[in-house]
Parts: sequence; C-alpha cells; structure tokens
Amino acid sequence: MSARAAITGMGILAPNGIGNEAYWRATLTGRCGIAEITRFDASGYPSRLAGVINDFDPASYVPSRLIAQTDLWSQFALAATAMALDDAGVDPASVPEFTLGVVTASSSAGNEFGQREIQKLWSRGPQFVGAYQSIAWFYAASTGQISIRHGARGACCVLVSEQASGLDALGQARRAIRSEAQVVVSGGTEAPLSPYALVCQLASGQLSDSADPERCFLPFDASARGHVPGEGGAILIVEDAAAAAARGARIYAEILGYAAGFDPWPGSAHSPSLARTISVALADAGITPRDVDVVFADAAAVPALDRSEAAAIETVFGPHAVPVTAPKTMVGRLYAGGAPLDVAAAVLAIRDGVIPPTSGVGELADGCRIDLVRGVTRPARLRTALVIARGFGGFNAALLVRAAD
Amino acid sequence: MRAFTLDDLSKIMRQAGGGASELNAESASISFDDLGYDSLAVLEIAARIQEDFTVRLSDDIVERLATPNDAVSVVNELLAGGAR
Repeated sequence: MSARAAITGMGILAPNGIGNEAYWRATLTGRCGIAEITRFDASGYPSRLAGVINDFDPASYVPSRLIAQTDLWSQFALAATAMALDDAGVDPASVPEFTLGVVTASSSAGNEFGQREIQKLWSRGPQFVGAYQSIAWFYAASTGQISIRHGARGACCVLVSEQASGLDALGQARRAIRSEAQVVVSGGTEAPLSPYALVCQLASGQLSDSADPERCFLPFDASARGHVPGEGGAILIVEDAAAAAARGARIYAEILGYAAGFDPWPGSAHSPSLARTISVALADAGITPRDVDVVFADAAAVPALDRSEAAAIETVFGPHAVPVTAPKTMVGRLYAGGAPLDVAAAVLAIRDGVIPPTSGVGELADGCRIDLVRGVTRPARLRTALVIARGFGGFNAALLVRAAD
Repeated sequence: MRAFTLDDLSKIMRQAGGGASELNAESASISFDDLGYDSLAVLEIAARIQEDFTVRLSDDIVERLATPNDAVSVVNELLAGGAR
C-alpha cells in the first residue's frame, strides 16, 4: 500500500498578500495586487504591469549572509519555507535528515542576480563577476539553499516546466513520500521582474499590453489579450499522511492524484493532451469527474489557449458541469510560483467552503462553455479540487487535492 | 594608493558574506573558515578587493589567504608593487 501524501503547512507570498490569511482575505474580497512594475524603470516596455509584492524585506526572513548569495527568487523561497514549516509545526532538526527532502519548482530562476553579473561580465570583464553567480542564478538554487539551511539531506531536486513546474514538483514530492521521504518542502516561487526576464517573456507574445490593472488579465473573456507576470508563490509542506496523523498534525488536504502531459507541436495531426492529462490524474486518484467540486484553471488569457483549456474541461466534465475559477487574475501568472499558489488557494477554498472569484472577467469568449465563478465568491461544499497548469512550449499537468477525512 | 586596512577588509567581508562583526587583532588571525566564510565566500571577498583596490589577486594567491591578516598583508604587498 503506497504512503499517502498530506499537505500540512503552507507559506504564501503573493502580490495581494504576504502570509496565508492575508492572501486569502485579499483574494476573497477580490483585491488586486497588479500595478506598474517598480523594480526597474519599465516605462519603455510594451507591457508594464505585473503582480508586485511591495513591503517584502528579505532581511526580515533571511540572514544577511544568505542575502549576499541569493537572488530575490530564492529569498522568497527561504521566507515562504520558514512560514510553511511554522504553519506545519515541523521542526526540521527533529526530522531524520535523510528523510527530509526539498523538491521545488523553478521557471526562470535567479533573474536579477544573473543579469547584474552578466552585465559586469560584458561591460567590465570576467574578473568582475562575483563568485556567488555560480550558485545564485541556476534553477536548483532555491532547493539547495533551503536544503542547506534546514539540514535536508533526503530527496532534493528541482522541476522546470514553466507554469506546470509547480504541479510537477508536488507530484514529485508525493513520489518522494512514497519512497523514503517523511517530510518534503515543496512548491515554488518566482521573481520574474528584471529587464532581461521581462524581455524573454515579451518574446512569447503572450503578455498583455493593457494599462489597466483591473482588466489587463482576463482569462476566458471575449476580450482576453494575454497575461501579466507576477512575483512570489507558495511553499507547501508535504508529509507522509500516517506520520503526520501520528504527530497530531493539522492536515489541510491530501495530494490525491497527479499526471503530466505534453502537447504535440503546432500543426500536428495529434490532439492537444490536456484532457488526457486530466483523465489520467482522475484515474490516478481513483475518482470520477463527478467527484470533483471545483477546478482551478491554468487561465492563460490567450484566446486560443483559453478555448483549448475550456475544451479540455468540457471533454472531461461536460459543458458548464463544474465550477471553474482563476483567482490568479488578481496577482498575475507567477510561473514557478503560480501552480503552488493555486494549490494553496484550493486548499483554503476546501477548508472554508468558498470558491474565490475570477476578478475582472465579464462576457465569456465563444467556445468557453465553462461555469466560471466571476465577480464574487461562491459558497460551496468542497471536498475535492482539480488544479490545472500549463507551461510555455507544451507542458501541462493536473493535480487533485482532497480534504482530510 | 592608500594602504589596505583591517577595517577595509571587515567592510568587504560584511558585503560579501554578511553578518560578521568588526575584525579585531584577535579575530584577524583566525582562519576564514573558522570565522564562517567558506571557499566561495573567500572568492567573493577576493573579487571585491580586486574591484575596490585595483589589484589583481590570482587564483594561486587567493588559495593562500587563510586568515584576514594574510589577506591584509598580501594585498598591501601587491599595492606596494611587490611580487609574491
């Protein structure tokens, strides 16, 4: 019998709230965390809006020695980890070190730090590149720093599949729990607001050029015109469910099912794979579509991608058959932090019996036959939630969480 | 060019690795390692010294910087134009 994976703690850093309850209260009231980018002068860019976390002081969460050698992205991760461990009531020192793992998601890694050092390389020469560039920019840096700080010598790795990474990381965390891990620090964060990072995102052609923070990111809307990036994310503590119960932990939810897929290239005769990914996740969970109470959508806000996601949901569940929502309209797409934040929101929705709204969206686009929760929260008895995430290039993943019994 | 002092090094160590309190005569003779600065931190310290004091610290030289006192004397020799 496989070990079951329970979510016992969460640490949320979001553009509309730092901390679990601050984020949740803001989200339930539809408070928007999207504003003009201020981390650098973005006035010359076609897209200037993002989900920005103001008032995050790394020094409040991270020792100065670590600040010198990390990008903001890893500082987010270290801070969220501390919050999540506290929320879970887990003292890492008391977990046998080879059973404590760290499996994070990453998408663009240490942007600001890396850009600064690369600028020095090309403007002044290699001897001016700092030594910490070697450990600050790369995808596994957050996993590494978390692992060192908390003495985690168990299963440690990073999953890199853009916005799908977060679900892939949680799926991998569950695998680790089924193997030798007792506790896994999982989830992910993102700090995508540096000039270089923004230019990379602009090249995708998927960024919104709207100047209105309340209406710039409108998934499934007839006026959908792309997304905005956001910074932050969520770290979740995943534990062996039996061990968590034995220590009297508060169990938020179980990771019930997970699957990953990849789309065929554009123009291929093969169908997109999201519907199949969702079906495989349901089978993995041992449940049917009727058992799902709410869907947290990937919500790309690119018309073709919206239609494709709506079609996949309709294929699996039927038209207008299950409530769908995307609270990410209030914070942007957080890339490696996005899906973990959606899972955290799903967990809180289950806990409180309320579906957070998709803000700003009005009339749905043709072909989007989904029951999108818009405007205000919708009370509902929620036991099982499906979270969908897609990464640029064809990644997709589906994850199911269910309330603890 | 003025001399490189323990105070200069102390400030650079704080920037490079964070934390550390002021260096004094006693702590200046303790190894970087024992002071909590690993090999990567020492490389970072060396990089910043090179930048602020326009002096070249080759990899060989950096390897031989065991303590803050070593760093101060080596940098001052290089600043005075001596080879090592």
